[in-house]
Amino acid sequence: MSENQKVIEIEVLRYHPEKDKEPHKQVFEVPFTDDMSVLQGVQYIKDYLDGSLSFRWSCRMAICGSCGMMINGEPSLSCQTFLRDYYPARVRVEALSHFPIERDLVINMEGFIEKLESIQPYIIPKEPRTLAQGEYLQTPEQLNAYEQFSSCINCLLCYAACPQFGLNSSFIGPAATALLHRYNVDSRDGGKAERMELINSEEGVFNCTAVGYCSEVCPKHVDPANAVNQNKTNAAADYFLRFLAPKGGAK
Amino acid sequence: MKPTTLKRSNAPIFWALFGAGGMLSALLGPMLVFITGIAVPLGVVLPPDTMSYPHMLAFAKNFIGKGFIFAIIALFLWHAAHRIFHSLHDIGIHAGTGAKLLCYGTAMVGTLIAAYALLAIGF
Repeated sequence: MSENQKVIEIEVLRYHPEKDKEPHKQVFEVPFTDDMSVLQGVQYIKDYLDGSLSFRWSCRMAICGSCGMMINGEPSLSCQTFLRDYYPARVRVEALSHFPIERDLVINMEGFIEKLESIQPYIIPKEPRTLAQGEYLQTPEQLNAYEQFSSCINCLLCYAACPQFGLNSSFIGPAATALLHRYNVDSRDGGKAERMELINSEEGVFNCTAVGYCSEVCPKHVDPANAVNQNKTNAAADYFLRFLAPKGGAK
Repeated sequence: MKPTTLKRSNAPIFWALFGAGGMLSALLGPMLVFITGIAVPLGVVLPPDTMSYPHMLAFAKNFIGKGFIFAIIALFLWHAAHRIFHSLHDIGIHAGTGAKLLCYGTAMVGTLIAAYALLAIGF
């Protein structure tokens, strides 16, 4: 460690269910350089200060969506948040809000995985297609309709940002709705009626009160708030017009 | 979250009334505040007897005037009820059936009173 080595305090929310009654904070002094991310800071802690610290990470370049944490109270990917932006103040690192903590910074994401499965996140063909019929063709407009919603990396920052999900965890939530919308507006897909049942349900889009923080924190510039609000309109149209044109989605 | 237990939400009714009221209040609210709260009391822009009793009575007896007054009162109320109900939720009060009945009930009662009063005035 050279003399002008900068040292930043990282406050970490710790929780080991086998010995802790409740989460508590622990402060570490971490030497850092200007190119170090918060993720590298917690990796330093694990490597040199306390090997029992648990957190998820993989790609280090905002692609895998594993390293989401609350950094000074904001849902962020720790790999693209830099220690230099907090120095000389202390930086606070906690597990993502609104999820049960499994251990330290690791959350239990089972609830989200169930939601992800429930939206059927794959193309449901309108009709069976043979190989001989060749590939699907799409115009640039047809691609534009869903492309931004397909960038979701399931990092769950939007769920940590959503006050309504925080109050009611059965709400399908921003990312799952954005992905649902991604398939519903895909010209190759024929599964909209099935997915609309979820949108229209009590777990669906009407839990949203248009806060919009989900879209602000998204590291991939997906706009889940937009998907949710487009589907409020879709759900309302389906609710009032289902008797005029009953074709699925209505119960 | 199992698809078999999905129950259709009746929120679109309240959301539609909320949306209609929000649209109306955004478009007409400032103008109404200006007319009823500034222009008429201060006697600027509009003639001083704009909101005199005979004028207002004639307005309320007119078919279009009745519709206007009814829409303003009822939709503004439904908008406010929905906003207040969800703000309770936002500030962490787990608004249950009681809060729902109070919020939407107030809007419903206001709507019925407005309808009754407008019909009682006659045409």
